[in-house]
Amino acid sequence: MSFRHTLAGRLMADPMAVVALIIITALVAIAVFADVISPHDHTAMNLADRFAPPSSTYWLGTDNLGRDTFSRLAQGSRIALYVALTAVTISGLIGLVLGMIAGFGPRWLDNLLLFIFDTLRAYPTIILALALAALMPRGLSTVIIVVVITSFAEYGRVVRTQTLSLKNAEFILAERAMGASFGRIVFHHVLPNVLGPFFILAAMNLPVVITIEAGMSFLGIGVPPGTPSWGATLKDGFDYIRNTPWIIIAGGLPLILVTLGFTFLGEALRDQLDPKLRKSR
Amino acid sequence: MLQYAFQRVLLALAIVFVAISALFTIMITLPGDPTTVLLGPRATPELRAAFRANMGLDDPVLVQIANFWGRVLTGDLGMDYNRNRPVAEAVFSALPHTMALVFGAIFWSASLGILLGAFSADNRNSWLDRVTGVISVGFIAAPSFVVALYSLLLFSVTLRWFPTIGAGEPGDILSRLYHLALPSFAIGLAWVGYVARIVRASMLETLGENYIRTARAFGLPRRTVIYGYALRLAILPAVQVLGVGIGGMLSSAVFAEIVFSRPGLGSLIYDSVSGRNYPVVMGSMLVAIGFFVTCALIADLVNAALDPRHRVKS
Repeated sequence: MSFRHTLAGRLMADPMAVVALIIITALVAIAVFADVISPHDHTAMNLADRFAPPSSTYWLGTDNLGRDTFSRLAQGSRIALYVALTAVTISGLIGLVLGMIAGFGPRWLDNLLLFIFDTLRAYPTIILALALAALMPRGLSTVIIVVVITSFAEYGRVVRTQTLSLKNAEFILAERAMGASFGRIVFHHVLPNVLGPFFILAAMNLPVVITIEAGMSFLGIGVPPGTPSWGATLKDGFDYIRNTPWIIIAGGLPLILVTLGFTFLGEALRDQLDPKLRKSR
Repeated sequence: MLQYAFQRVLLALAIVFVAISALFTIMITLPGDPTTVLLGPRATPELRAAFRANMGLDDPVLVQIANFWGRVLTGDLGMDYNRNRPVAEAVFSALPHTMALVFGAIFWSASLGILLGAFSADNRNSWLDRVTGVISVGFIAAPSFVVALYSLLLFSVTLRWFPTIGAGEPGDILSRLYHLALPSFAIGLAWVGYVARIVRASMLETLGENYIRTARAFGLPRRTVIYGYALRLAILPAVQVLGVGIGGMLSSAVFAEIVFSRPGLGSLIYDSVSGRNYPVVMGSMLVAIGFFVTCALIADLVNAALDPRHRVKS
């Protein structure tokens, strides 16, 4: 199979996917090399340079304590990626397992799980986050717990639907007639076919999680005070909106870019992995 | 249809019941003295004792849940001890502001989204269609609280076109709408993209249906066929998406209310959380979830009423 026909090759032919991959690669690179590329220490306060506009010294200006905004945003990308990857992995795995149980299990279990999925969807994420934040300590683990609670049901639903439609597909019935074990059917046939839509959903969910973390930190129920989360930077900008516009402008950019990148990637993946949708645009 | 509606209503009630009961259980089984949790650390010992007896905090969990629902059904959401008023009063004076915000957002997203979607379906594959496609994905990608902050910065602080604070003069409709325009736009913008794409996709599908071909064959004007016949059915999926989207909009409303310093459920919960005012948090959650589930239910029923196929599918 030549490169043009592999998934990566087909993605490379899609301009939207290329833009997405550039943004995501940049994000990962910035997160990994945050300490190297930051021109300043992100905690260093320089009170003489408070509210500085962008310049060659401070690329994106400084905040109310004279801290370098670019260095803080670079550190913030680590927090964003860490929360997004952890929360999506946990909620994805829970959803994958529950969804397959619902798909293969008896009718009553399926109905019960569906009901649980529906119930969890009834919680507006940020409002639930606020309610739980009143009960739990402030920190990244609270953010991750909130995200997992509000999002695993979505994976569960998708995996369940996919499993149900595969369960009685002809090739599975044929396998079963030939005496294939349950484990072989699940891991060899159903799982690989479920993973396509599953990964699309995961890619689409990464920016959602990043936004939730930033939102919770903006509201003061996310990261502990002083942590350079993107949301915390935006909160500083909001508090001093009349002193300088630069903190908000700079703080919002990474969120918009990252969301754009992952949304484009999800769209491109869907176009490639779901043959029914391909070329129908 | 009646049986379907009955089932959906029952399911919605069950969802609200379980969602709230679960939250209530977490709250009362939390480690630590529940009187501290529910009254805040500054409560006096007498208040604690009275509260403990009054709430039946020594009863088994199930009894407490039953009592809680018994009170809710009579309209009693508890007391806001910090400000000495019934929770129901606080919540129901905040709710209309949030509803105005959410419906304002739906107005923006539906009107702009349907327009963009119908337009790009009508002019499929033209460069304008492509531009609309990119723009609508861009809209989807913009996190609502960043949009709220940017629009506050641009339109209110810099250009001074719109007010920065509050919900307007009580009783003055124009002032209310003026204060509502920008926050609801900030929430609605993300959904413009969704609605546009859904309307476009379902319209392209609808345009391939037999009855559209028949209408065309009968010589009806193109515009009548597209905007009168096809659009009517193509809007349906958008109605459902917006109904379910109200949950997301409620979350965005929290940010919009805080960024634009508006009264509402979001800012009420936000203030109650910082003040550890649990009865108000619980009451607002109940109303927020009830509002969301009701809207999703209505969207579902409207869909079922307009498109009978939907009933069979779900």
